[in-house]
Amino acid sequence: MKKVTKDVLLNWYEEMLFWRKFEDKLAQVYIQQKVRGFLHLYNGQEAILAGALHAMDLTKDKMITAYRNHVQPIGMGVDPKRVMAELYGKATGTSQGLGGSMHIFSKEHRFYGGHGIVGGQIPLGAGIAFGDKFHGVNAVTLTFFGDGAARQGSLHEAFNLAMLWNLPVVFCVENNGYAMGTSVARTANHTDIWKLGLGYEMPCGPVDAMDPEKVAEAMSEAIERARSGGGPTFLELKTYRYRGHSMSDAQKYRTKDEVAEYQKIDPITQVKDRLMSDHNMSEDHFKDVAKRVKERVAECEKFAEESPFPEQSVMYDAVYEQEDYPFLPAKS
Amino acid sequence: MKTIQFREAICEAMSEEMRRDESIYLMGEEVAEYNGAYKASKGMLDEFGAKRVIDTPIAELGFAGIAIGSTMTGNRPIVEYMTFNFSLVGIDQIINNAAKIRQMSGGQFKCPIVFRGPTASAGQLAATHSQAFENWFANTPGLKVIVPSNPYDAKGLLKAAIRDDDPVIFMESEQMYGDKGEVPEGEYVLPIGVAELKREGNDVTIVSFGKIIKEAYKAADELEKEGISCEIIDLRTVRPYDKEAILKSVKKTNRLVILEEAWPFGNVSTEISHMIQAEAFDYLDAPVYKINTQDTPAPYSPGLLAEWLPDYTDVVEGVKKVMYRK
Repeated sequence: MKKVTKDVLLNWYEEMLFWRKFEDKLAQVYIQQKVRGFLHLYNGQEAILAGALHAMDLTKDKMITAYRNHVQPIGMGVDPKRVMAELYGKATGTSQGLGGSMHIFSKEHRFYGGHGIVGGQIPLGAGIAFGDKFHGVNAVTLTFFGDGAARQGSLHEAFNLAMLWNLPVVFCVENNGYAMGTSVARTANHTDIWKLGLGYEMPCGPVDAMDPEKVAEAMSEAIERARSGGGPTFLELKTYRYRGHSMSDAQKYRTKDEVAEYQKIDPITQVKDRLMSDHNMSEDHFKDVAKRVKERVAECEKFAEESPFPEQSVMYDAVYEQEDYPFLPAKS
Repeated sequence: MKTIQFREAICEAMSEEMRRDESIYLMGEEVAEYNGAYKASKGMLDEFGAKRVIDTPIAELGFAGIAIGSTMTGNRPIVEYMTFNFSLVGIDQIINNAAKIRQMSGGQFKCPIVFRGPTASAGQLAATHSQAFENWFANTPGLKVIVPSNPYDAKGLLKAAIRDDDPVIFMESEQMYGDKGEVPEGEYVLPIGVAELKREGNDVTIVSFGKIIKEAYKAADELEKEGISCEIIDLRTVRPYDKEAILKSVKKTNRLVILEEAWPFGNVSTEISHMIQAEAFDYLDAPVYKINTQDTPAPYSPGLLAEWLPDYTDVVEGVKKVMYRK
């Protein structure tokens, strides 16, 4: 694994804080009804992305996930202003306003969405890896999904085929404890999701995913295995989301004490503590970071606010490669 | 010209395109070592090897999703379903991923993929193996749906489907694989979305597609003996369908019968009926008449199946009805 230096920790702290504040801003503008539809936020789960990015080769590796997907493309290199604009439904958004909160994509930065059907992206992730293997591209695809998706048949078919064809893919379940309002314990007879890999003889195991370094360690090993022809790995990333499943979630299925327990091991706080204890960073530094992050988020908001809405023609142009597809009239 | 079977037309189309483009592969149950459940991929494993002719376990969702995913990293897969009845366990991947990735990504990713295999009934196969889902797929923006009725169209249109940069559903029939027909010796590609006027006539237009169109030909032969002249249009593609070809014919004959093997509710015939009343109302001398299967699951027992599935006698009856003849 690449060494976790002071610079890495500094970067982790600043980026995770930016992701956190970016999501907080989205919650705020959602309440103001500037962002509509469903909104699923990542607060609490940032260590997973930070650790994954540290382990990836960002010149070629790929990522796909479900609908809790605003900050991953930012981590992969997408301009956060364009992500914010997509949520605003603006023409400058990553999908020109066609996708919204659940469908962020960036071909340029190898971020493959942004998918709305629980578990539907798991075979796609295996397929992206299939294409890379077919073409002799030495890249690895990180395929993320939630604990709810682990109960879908798509996971099992994809696991079997990925092992059968030895695909360069890392399957990552972000176990945040709840599939919407249903706890993991209420969805199966056991709660160790990583054990689902055992039946396929897929290397698998649990990871403390509140700590980015532990995530980076596990990811590095899995990515190295896939890159060297060793096939898939299944990691259960044990994490927690502070906010509801989506903005309309009253969270009656858990207690405030439970949320507070996890906030004690918050990934951003953990990294901050290490910077202070191991690297003598002072509060002044963190104040500067907070100021920079606030400015970056404000820039995103300003860009999204000021961007134009898309032309109506975009609705038709985006559907088919064929330029003159004869759509039926809505009225006749 | 040469005479080949429908299954050979499919095989030639796939093989010619795979020779032309290294990014194409064929994936499905029994496509490789078994040479295809209906021998439509006979010899392809030998020619292209296991990297490009790929047997799968029975996991229609899983391999559909993997094939769709691979379009995002540069492949142009052909996925064979042993029948489209089995596509239902994988239909989420087709409807929610293949048909939508381009739109959801704002045009960043295209999805050049073909899903092909037999559709509709094929004898006494009973309820779950006799279903026609053309209209299900044709209802979905993002997809194109082709249903050929003969070897010539099958080869030319499958080559077009494989070359197309959008996802295409290509529907065949177990009962057509042995059909023989003439195809050119050399290469040819047919346009998607263009119907063919199969028979010229003056009294009534019959629109159909897929294997059931043979019943229209038989009916037209019978009706000719009674002095009724039928014009027959083979739609060939149902999404997008060739509206102009139908309109042109109906404006000449003033009468329309549609023959489609599908349940009656909300199908391709329904859509064409709506279009005709909207765009050629003043040309019609009779209400549009549509012929579908009975509105029930397919029965097994031979007498019941005959009652369920339309045949040429239903077409004869329909034509006479729109002509107000006994």
